[in-house]
Amino acid sequence: MPEPTHYKSGRPIPYDNPFELFAWVFMRISGIVLLFMAIGHLVIMHLINSIDTINYQFVVQRWATPFWRIYDGIMLFLALLHGFNGLRTILDDYLRPGMWKKWCTFLLYAFSLILLVGGAWVIITFKPK
Amino acid sequence: MKVELKIQRYNPETDAQPHFENYSVEAEPTDRVLDALLQVKGLLDGSLTLRKSCAHGICGSDGMRINGRNLLACKVLIRNLQQPIVVEPMKGFKIIKDLVVDMEAFFEKYRSVKPYLIQNEAAPQKERPQSPQERERFDDTTKCILCACCTTACPSFWSDPDYVGPAAIVQAHRFIQDSRDQGGEERLDILGDREGVWRCRTIFNCVEACPRDIDVTAAIGEVKRKLLFRKI
Ligand code: SF4
Ligand code: SF4
Ligand code: FES
Repeated sequence: MPEPTHYKSGRPIPYDNPFELFAWVFMRISGIVLLFMAIGHLVIMHLINSIDTINYQFVVQRWATPFWRIYDGIMLFLALLHGFNGLRTILDDYLRPGMWKKWCTFLLYAFSLILLVGGAWVIITFKPK
Repeated sequence: MKVELKIQRYNPETDAQPHFENYSVEAEPTDRVLDALLQVKGLLDGSLTLRKSCAHGICGSDGMRINGRNLLACKVLIRNLQQPIVVEPMKGFKIIKDLVVDMEAFFEKYRSVKPYLIQNEAAPQKERPQSPQERERFDDTTKCILCACCTTACPSFWSDPDYVGPAAIVQAHRFIQDSRDQGGEERLDILGDREGVWRCRTIFNCVEACPRDIDVTAAIGEVKRKLLFRKI
């Protein structure tokens, strides 16, 4: 008897799709890394400095060193993708399959991509005036 | 002692919707819910439909929702429950009649994880030896009686009927962890997808529901780890 390839519901029986595995691992690793990076960010921006004194000049100085650009870049990517994947999971869990779900998912992907590209663009191309 | 029961009834031939009906029977506090249900069936309304077989928590056929929790009716004592005792079929499956649900989808997923020994080598002269430590690794998951209490208590399953469900993962775990079995990779392929173990959000409802006290979420966690470590 040949092995069935589909469930009776019509859904194919899965065959090793590592995407969700990577997403799962990414959530855990990025979560831990973000915890430390966000605490670092918080200490620098709110305890050592104050948001009252942070201005354009502060950013210019900070981003003069590649270290802080990379730090902020990593944080941007991890935080955005972490949040994106969390929302993707929530949509997947709570919305029934259909047009509404497709649209919400599309909007989420589009919005996240715009933020990611925009943020990366600024970090990479920023030059002080 | 008087026992008040509120049972969900549904006859697809005459009812548009399931509805509740109240019954009152005599039983001992140390009787089980199953005894009360059988009293209803025997003395008050012979049309009440339910599954049961062993009546001793072994066959797994009388899983149902009792006071909002998935339990085996033959394993829960009346004195441990608040009255009226609300009895409903398990959630997430089509109701065939009253407390009997269509479990075909459940067993289809069970079969899909290949719950049998896979061995490509010729059978040895005697047995395939296994050390006590090797046996210990899947001891917990051998206890499963396929009652579906876990799967039908799982919010991930309620929202996604395609999710393979904790029971099938428990069964897969039993063979994946068995040193005599060679089908682990095939099973991991099946579980390593969105509707496999990754749909599990570690909500622990399954652990709470399991009448065999299987640490279901731990078994799922072990399968997740296996999937991870075979990739790296
Ligand atoms: S731990 Fe996983 S399988 Fe168990 S109830 Fe929660 S989501 Fe379902
Ligand atoms: S794991 Fe427990 S609750 Fe789930 S089917 Fe097996 S015995 Fe029933
Ligand atoms: S009747 Fe067999 S488990 Fe309850």
